[in-house]
Amino acid sequence: MNPVARTVLQRLGLGLVTLFIVSIIIFSAIAMLPGDFARAMLGQSATPETVAAFQREIGIDRPPVERYFVWVGQMLHGDFGSSFASRTGYRRTVAEIIAPRLYNTMFLASMTALIAVPLALGLGILAALYRNGWFDRLVNAVTLTTISFPEFFVAYMLAYLVISRDTFIGSEFAQSLPHWLALSLNWILNAVPKFPTLSNVNDQTPFWEHVWRVALPAITLTLVIVAHMMRMTRAAIINMLASPYIDMARLKGMSPMAIVLRHALPNAWAPIVTVVAFNLAYLVVGVVVVEVVFVYPGIGQLMVDAVKSRDVPVVQACALIFAATYILLNLTADVISIATNPRLLHPR
Amino acid sequence: MKGSGPASREKGKDLLQIRNLHVEGFSDERWHPIVRGVDLALKRGEVLGLIGESGAGKSTIGLAAMGYAKPGCRITRGSILFDGIDLLALSETGRRRLRGSRIAYVAQSAAASFNPAHRLLDQTVETVVAHGIASREKANRSAVDLYRRLQLPDPETIGFRYPHQVAGGQLQRAMTAMAMACRPDLIVFDEPTTALDVTTQVEVLASIRNIVEEFNTAAIYVTHDLAVVAQMADRIMVLRHGLTVEEAETRQMLASPSQEYTKTLWAVRKLAKPEVPADEYLLTIDNVTAAYARTVKVLQNVSIKVPRGRTVAVVGESGSGKSTLARVVTGLLPPLSGSISFAGQALSKALKTRPKEILRRIQMIYQMPDNALNPRQTVEEVIARPLEFYLGLKGAQRDRRIGELMHMVEMSETYLDRLPAELSGGQKQRVCIARALAADPELIICDEITSALDQIVQEEILKLLMRLQRELGMSYIFITHDIAIVRAIADEIVVMHQGKVVEQGLKSEILTPPHAPYTERLLSSVPEMDPDWLTRLLASRRM
Amino acid sequence: MTSYEPIAQVPRLRRSRATRAKTALKKAPFSAWFGLLVILGYVIVAVFAHWIAPYGETQVFSEAFAPWSQQFKLGTDQLGRDMLTRLIYGARNTIGIAVATTLLSFAVGVSLGLLAALYRGWLDQILSRAVDVLMSIPSLIFALVLLSIFGSSITSLIIIIALLDSTRVFRLARAVGLNVAVMEYVEVARLRGEGPKWIVAKEILPNVMPPLVAEFGLRFCFVFLTIAALSFLGVGIQPPTADWGSMVRENATLITYGDVTPLLPAGAIALLTVSVNFVVDWFLHATSGLRDER
Repeated sequence: MNPVARTVLQRLGLGLVTLFIVSIIIFSAIAMLPGDFARAMLGQSATPETVAAFQREIGIDRPPVERYFVWVGQMLHGDFGSSFASRTGYRRTVAEIIAPRLYNTMFLASMTALIAVPLALGLGILAALYRNGWFDRLVNAVTLTTISFPEFFVAYMLAYLVISRDTFIGSEFAQSLPHWLALSLNWILNAVPKFPTLSNVNDQTPFWEHVWRVALPAITLTLVIVAHMMRMTRAAIINMLASPYIDMARLKGMSPMAIVLRHALPNAWAPIVTVVAFNLAYLVVGVVVVEVVFVYPGIGQLMVDAVKSRDVPVVQACALIFAATYILLNLTADVISIATNPRLLHPR
Repeated sequence: MKGSGPASREKGKDLLQIRNLHVEGFSDERWHPIVRGVDLALKRGEVLGLIGESGAGKSTIGLAAMGYAKPGCRITRGSILFDGIDLLALSETGRRRLRGSRIAYVAQSAAASFNPAHRLLDQTVETVVAHGIASREKANRSAVDLYRRLQLPDPETIGFRYPHQVAGGQLQRAMTAMAMACRPDLIVFDEPTTALDVTTQVEVLASIRNIVEEFNTAAIYVTHDLAVVAQMADRIMVLRHGLTVEEAETRQMLASPSQEYTKTLWAVRKLAKPEVPADEYLLTIDNVTAAYARTVKVLQNVSIKVPRGRTVAVVGESGSGKSTLARVVTGLLPPLSGSISFAGQALSKALKTRPKEILRRIQMIYQMPDNALNPRQTVEEVIARPLEFYLGLKGAQRDRRIGELMHMVEMSETYLDRLPAELSGGQKQRVCIARALAADPELIICDEITSALDQIVQEEILKLLMRLQRELGMSYIFITHDIAIVRAIADEIVVMHQGKVVEQGLKSEILTPPHAPYTERLLSSVPEMDPDWLTRLLASRRM
Repeated sequence: MTSYEPIAQVPRLRRSRATRAKTALKKAPFSAWFGLLVILGYVIVAVFAHWIAPYGETQVFSEAFAPWSQQFKLGTDQLGRDMLTRLIYGARNTIGIAVATTLLSFAVGVSLGLLAALYRGWLDQILSRAVDVLMSIPSLIFALVLLSIFGSSITSLIIIIALLDSTRVFRLARAVGLNVAVMEYVEVARLRGEGPKWIVAKEILPNVMPPLVAEFGLRFCFVFLTIAALSFLGVGIQPPTADWGSMVRENATLITYGDVTPLLPAGAIALLTVSVNFVVDWFLHATSGLRDER
């Protein structure tokens, strides 16, 4: 068999196995719940009958292996079970809670990726080409600083900036400044677009309105992601530019453009794709915090609320979605790296 | 160079003139001089050999001839005139136009210097097409012609292969074809055969010499091996510490070097130990077969005897299994079958099952002292450990013994508190020898222990080992690929090829004809200090 | 070796560890100095929180969301507790928990990683595959799942984050351990007949320290940010313990009125991580002794 196909199949198989194990881990979460969990959920006033009914509902009375396969089977049919927030006569399925929020999160993540990936790759390649120059030093200092910031700090800073355009001129701080300085600062602040600081959307929100409302969360995530991705791109490119065949290309009199496009790029896909996948996977995590800051109805915020109310079926479903996305992204990166490796493409 | 090809260009006119070249390199937050004022002149069609030890600045000068400084290096002073063009005054674009088309480069490691993503043919013609010299089809045809002239197998199709699909010696010739593609006026060869085995090296040397002669190309040939450069160059320049030591026509340089330093460059070749026949055997390897991962057999039915107090040189090319032999003897790689006996007793196969006393009596010294010394331990800690571990020496007794050992390896006790990074390469190897001696061994296995060292240091280490053997009477198994070292120190020789023993016996028996066919090929491939050696060899092989 | 290295220059005199550290410090760039001073300041505040803070950690005053004044230098929070006091105690709690977590994570990760590197075989296989699976779930998400089950006590927080983070420490320790374990000086020790204890303690550990120390700084930042994020989300350190992450969340509404106070704890987090990163950046640079292009 073609070694590329074989390696790709191996990786896909490994990905499936990983997903399987991850689903077991996430599933066992419910099995680890403390015994008095039902009572805690239903409150002290619950009758023994309701407690038993609830336990039957979450399936604690059946053997775990059976429960696992029922759970997986249901999920494959799009049935993620019922939320613990369901009450008699009012069943809230996990799927119906998650669906609109999943769309919102994907919307935010794709928008961020569309801005961040080209920006980070471009800046990273520039910094690598002009390494140790002023541009590189500046970018290094700035990104080292931004990756040290918690996402919510960046988020609130941006929100504060937007709010300040209205509140700054009347503040005590502005009045303590010389008049001209306060005025010019105010003028600068007024150049900041009046982005909404709360990203409330619903399924009726028009597309461009949606884009406008998620501007701040998207910018926040972009800032955080770009810093990471750019540093890694720079490192990957520098690492490759140090290889002897790049030296050789220089000594063959190739132009810098030809060196980058013909000699560096064909060998750079694997490292660059790995960097992109790693950071998109990181986006999955960043999304949780940013959604909470801007009260954006996404799956991250849902998960946090579910954790607080200990709504385990919802937590499980969200975790599985996040983990599957993460595994899928890394798998894609692996497959692309394999498919662009000349040693595998052209076996001996 | 001798002979004349289709010389379209006038021979004998000045092509390259370097005056007062200074190059610096950046390390440890400082600029250090690498080349400190070198003058050099080259005529059309002439081959100049640059020779020197590591740190002499020879590669740096080679690159400077292209107006190029490696990243982290800079040309600080001097002038470089190529065919009347001042390379340093030229813009980077201007220099780029010359590179590849009029000045080409052949690197040491072809495997690393070919881009893994492109076919050989595409890389060969890249400069021709990029500099607009010929159309792609024409360039392709001419590349195939070059492959043929360089005696590459299947010249019509080899260009469609990727670098990782081609063997080292052929890749090196393909790189020469790539350099020749634009018919440059000058080619810089930077140690093109250093990474190759001797039998492969001969073929590559022959093809390079042939084609350079045929196209009447001027060349700068950088190497540390005087015998190699003697075959290739019309003129030789000896460099040391970034300065010219001397410069002369090849024959004159070999016949009567004017500087003392030049003679040290073939120091090891002058050593020759008279052999002493065996009287008692210390180690007997009997019919041993060994494999990695149980499948790839690297040793097949190997039987070797090591006499007490003598040196057995195990010689072979890469892949011959000579280092594996060392791993089997030390117990790191238990053999699949066969037996080893040491001082009359059977040696258990695996390291773990050997008693401490046996471990003490067999010691090992490695090729790279940098890797064999823990960078965080001082010389004293390194030498003291075997004394404590095997002999239980403590306090003043131990310190006295450490002093004796340092004396034995001819090092001052002031070095005891140094870390390996604060020692030179030769000193590090001496510390490794002292560590082995500390165990008071009967057998020392030396695995290519001098191949990372400069000639003069090699000579000192070899002399030291011979003196220690006379005084202490231990046996050496000396693993090497270098015939000069074999001549210098061996009593007996074992020739290995592809995991098998080809021939073994006393040095005089093995080194004098008639030889086994492989031994013949191996011995005849070792370059000699005679400018006509290659010509003669090729003539004799053609017959 | 090529001939690019400068003429062999072997330092004449060996300097002691202390003097070498001193010269290294003298050559340190401004950013590293800045980072070191800031870290020192944080440590002092954290250790002496009890004496520095003007009020008690959970002392409640009548006015909630009071503005900055003489009495309350940085105002009060949503329950009327002094912000400055909470900020100072927050240093102790937040940094203390992060340090404890990182230490635990390193104890687990380094010991298992080095064991795997040294013994290879089935132990390495099992540990490595387990780590692969654990790392295929984003750690914040995994932490959220586990916290939903075990609840958010400080102990479970420390254990959960430490275990999840130790996977990354394991990978690094195994990788650098492998690099050292294949060195010939380790083989020399094995040939000599040394036991595993000696090999790990004398041959391997001293040579893996620099990358591990640097990694400690980076992991600390990561752990610190993760805990801050969890606390900010309301599932990390629980009230009434003063903590920077939850302080931001509890007072976030003030930002809508153009008040910077809630940004202060966030800024405190950012300043510390920036400082640690600066120091690590310099440390990596100083110990590797290499420019990145060579």
